[in-house]
Amino acid sequence: MKRVAFRQPSVIPGFRLTFSFTIFYLFIIVLIPIAGLYFRTFDLDWNSFVSIVTGPRFIAALRLSFVTSAVAALFNVVIGLLIAWVLVRYEFPGRKVMDAIIDLPFALPTAVAGIALTAIYAPNGIIGSLFDPFGIRIAYTSLGIWIALVFIGLPFVVRSVQPVLQDFNREIEEAAATLGARRIQTITRVMLPTLLPSILTGFAMAFARAVGEYGSVIFIAGNIPRQTEILPLLIVFRLEEFNYPAAAAIAAVMLTVSFLILLAINLIQVWSQRRFGLV
Amino acid sequence: MSDTASTLPELATYHTGYRSPVTERPHTRTILIGLTVLLLCLFLVLPLLSVFVEAFQQGVGKFLETFSIPDARSAIWLTLLVAAIAVPFNLVFGIAAAWAIAKHRFPGRAFLISLIDLPFSVSPVVAGLVYILLLGTNAPIGGFLYENFNIRIIFAVPGIVLATIFVTFPFIARELIPLMQDQGTGDEEAAISLGATGWQTFWYVTLPNVKWALLYGVLLCNARAMGEFGAVAVLSGKLRGETVTMPLQVELFYNEYASVAAFSLASLLAGLALVTLIIKSWLEWRFGDQLATGTRPH
Amino acid sequence: MELALKNVTKSFDGFTALNGISLDIRPGELIALLGPSGSGKTTLLRLIAGLDFLSSGQILFGDEDASAKSVQERNVGFVFQHYALFRHMTVLENIGFGLKIRPARTRPPKSEIRRRALELLELVQLSGLENRYPSQLSGGQRQRVALARALCIEPRVLLLDEPFGALDAQVRRELRRWLREIHDATGHTSIFVTHDQEEALELADRVVVMSQGRIEQVGTADEVYDTPNSPFVYSFIGDSNSLPVRVDNGQIWLQDRTIGLTDPTAPNGPATLFFRPHDIELVEGCGGCLAGTVVTSRRVAGTKHVELEIGGAQHRIEVELPIEHPAATKSRLAFRPKRWKVFSAQEQPVYHTSPAPVPAQSVLLQRAAV
Repeated sequence: MKRVAFRQPSVIPGFRLTFSFTIFYLFIIVLIPIAGLYFRTFDLDWNSFVSIVTGPRFIAALRLSFVTSAVAALFNVVIGLLIAWVLVRYEFPGRKVMDAIIDLPFALPTAVAGIALTAIYAPNGIIGSLFDPFGIRIAYTSLGIWIALVFIGLPFVVRSVQPVLQDFNREIEEAAATLGARRIQTITRVMLPTLLPSILTGFAMAFARAVGEYGSVIFIAGNIPRQTEILPLLIVFRLEEFNYPAAAAIAAVMLTVSFLILLAINLIQVWSQRRFGLV
Repeated sequence: MSDTASTLPELATYHTGYRSPVTERPHTRTILIGLTVLLLCLFLVLPLLSVFVEAFQQGVGKFLETFSIPDARSAIWLTLLVAAIAVPFNLVFGIAAAWAIAKHRFPGRAFLISLIDLPFSVSPVVAGLVYILLLGTNAPIGGFLYENFNIRIIFAVPGIVLATIFVTFPFIARELIPLMQDQGTGDEEAAISLGATGWQTFWYVTLPNVKWALLYGVLLCNARAMGEFGAVAVLSGKLRGETVTMPLQVELFYNEYASVAAFSLASLLAGLALVTLIIKSWLEWRFGDQLATGTRPH
Repeated sequence: MELALKNVTKSFDGFTALNGISLDIRPGELIALLGPSGSGKTTLLRLIAGLDFLSSGQILFGDEDASAKSVQERNVGFVFQHYALFRHMTVLENIGFGLKIRPARTRPPKSEIRRRALELLELVQLSGLENRYPSQLSGGQRQRVALARALCIEPRVLLLDEPFGALDAQVRRELRRWLREIHDATGHTSIFVTHDQEEALELADRVVVMSQGRIEQVGTADEVYDTPNSPFVYSFIGDSNSLPVRVDNGQIWLQDRTIGLTDPTAPNGPATLFFRPHDIELVEGCGGCLAGTVVTSRRVAGTKHVELEIGGAQHRIEVELPIEHPAATKSRLAFRPKRWKVFSAQEQPVYHTSPAPVPAQSVLLQRAAV
């Protein structure tokens, strides 16, 4: 009799043990807690949920978080492309060091980044003092938040574009040149479209990270309600008031957005695989 | 066969006055390199340097004084303790997950990988919150544990450990899975056909093949575990000397305007980040072929 | 268009990839650059295209000096070994790319670009596939698109770098015939690079045999096969045997015996005798001939390949005999080459620096490996 097996038969042992442990651990650490969050949101009746997510303070924080994150991620696309290009294409002294330091925002604890950025961009800081005479304040404004979000999102675009650029077939560029394309045409019409999936992926990851970021932002943000208060901080305030259902509602909105971004990243990858294959 | 590879010049121009059609004018290149270096210095190097500058601004003595403050000492110990628990947990998980996913074929593997990556896309604050909602003393599970066994999880060390495990959950698994998938199952099948047991196969064949990737994953996992702020801040309760980790102590010092103390402690974390980056780069440079293909962001 | 290379030299970091190449190519000619890896054939093609630049010398397109022009200005059609198609563009967009990116004043209208691209698609027999992406095509189809794309800009010269190198043997042969047809139909001056002698001999009007950055011989397929003018060409094209001999007053000696061959023009001294395995006649009773002991005898298709040891076990050569020939079963054979050539040691100074004259056996093995 033929048995329908869950996994394809193989001589390699240990599947049952490792698979069960993986699933168990995943449920305990990640899935049950996240599901719990959505359940707690149901403690609220519909009207209170709506009043939380339409309250002016929530709306202001939502707008601030999403707009600054989007602008920071866009800026990261521009400088990320430039940095990836220079690191992959040009040879110059210190290139390896620069390449290594790209990952600093991943390695540096966010609280450290937060106080360091604040020290630099505060009105008496090394850069803040340059702008202060002109009445431009960076720290404790949304500009400061933007700076922090650029910092923590910087590696994403660089690291998603870099390997694609590294593997970019030189013949493709030469082909464009033999067909009469000027260098700038080759870059904009041939190379950028090819890099687009990795650019989008990098953007989405930088954006998702920025929306959820807490540690590096709160020091430089000023945290004035409705002006420089980001969504994660609002959750913290609600928690400190022991208003758990409200915190859960805000978190549920954020979490849902993160899932949508995650879905978008996966769709980008599936789409680019289908469309372009591995030519 | 083609001899293109051997004759294709490196980006440079060989004939004065001409430029290879696949690179930019020399002065364009210089400008782009200059701009990149400037941006990286401004956004990355400067903040890093400022940590050390601020820490030492009142001299080495003041800097060292920080580390005799009892709160700072206990924060360092707690951070080491949390990492010492969280990293091994995720190490065991990472190896188990990679073994199940990379060495066997079953439906839904791609989905399982996405689930493992999930914690990366969750805000640290939300990560802390989910545990409060589940394990707080007025929540179902947390309440039960507190009333029957007098175990506190939230606003106590176990909560901090849990939150740290959550945020560092994917690091080791996602280093191992793509690498072990690339390596296939040939080596393991050979070992088993020669009579090795499952454990022997893992110990003598699989592990040596992935040891550098494992170290790489542990390194990144540890850096994040020691540096995590948001998730831990939400559920530590910030009881001084008891539930305050280094990043939290940095915040406490900073908010008390103890700037030098804050930056001195921060410089220790920045030093950790630097060491992590150096070892990471060394691993990539020395054992790049034995790490997962491509540089993936975390 | 006529193409002339004058004393073209190219060196990279002290390594001379091309050394004094001169060649005239007639309008509408199909030329093959044939040589082993590292012979400089691809470098030469890239220099003509303007993808690399000369160290010295001149490249003339007609009367015009192209050496100082950029690749964009040269207007050459280049077909890459791995097609180099733009994977985010459809087949039609790929073909029309060269026209679409022209500055507004020389750019044909959209409808004209489309018309022309469709016309070329028909020429390369891919009508109906215009909206496919490169990833949805087979290797042979991709190569056709690459050719159509190169032809679309009405190039002054068509350059193909190992155009069939990445394809299966079956598809290769098909495309080869088809490329000849396209060439005859469009009449472009074309140069293709190959390391496959069969391809070069079958397809090209003239074959340029290259080795170590120099041209060894230029000629039609018949000329390079029947009258190779250097030991390299003899051993690179077709199967050949070589034996170290000595010339004395026109008489050719192998060790201490004459072998019945004379070449009054050959200078005295050590030399190498070349002949092809099938260009021999068997002789009875050997007074002035080559004789050897049969080592192995293999049947290859319609002939018998017999390996002989000559002069003790010092030299091994191979001869081809008809299957039913009685001599095929003997243990000792005597024969005389019908068509052969000796190259005296002084005539070939180049080869003393390279891996010394290859022993017959390894030449045969190399051929078998190709």
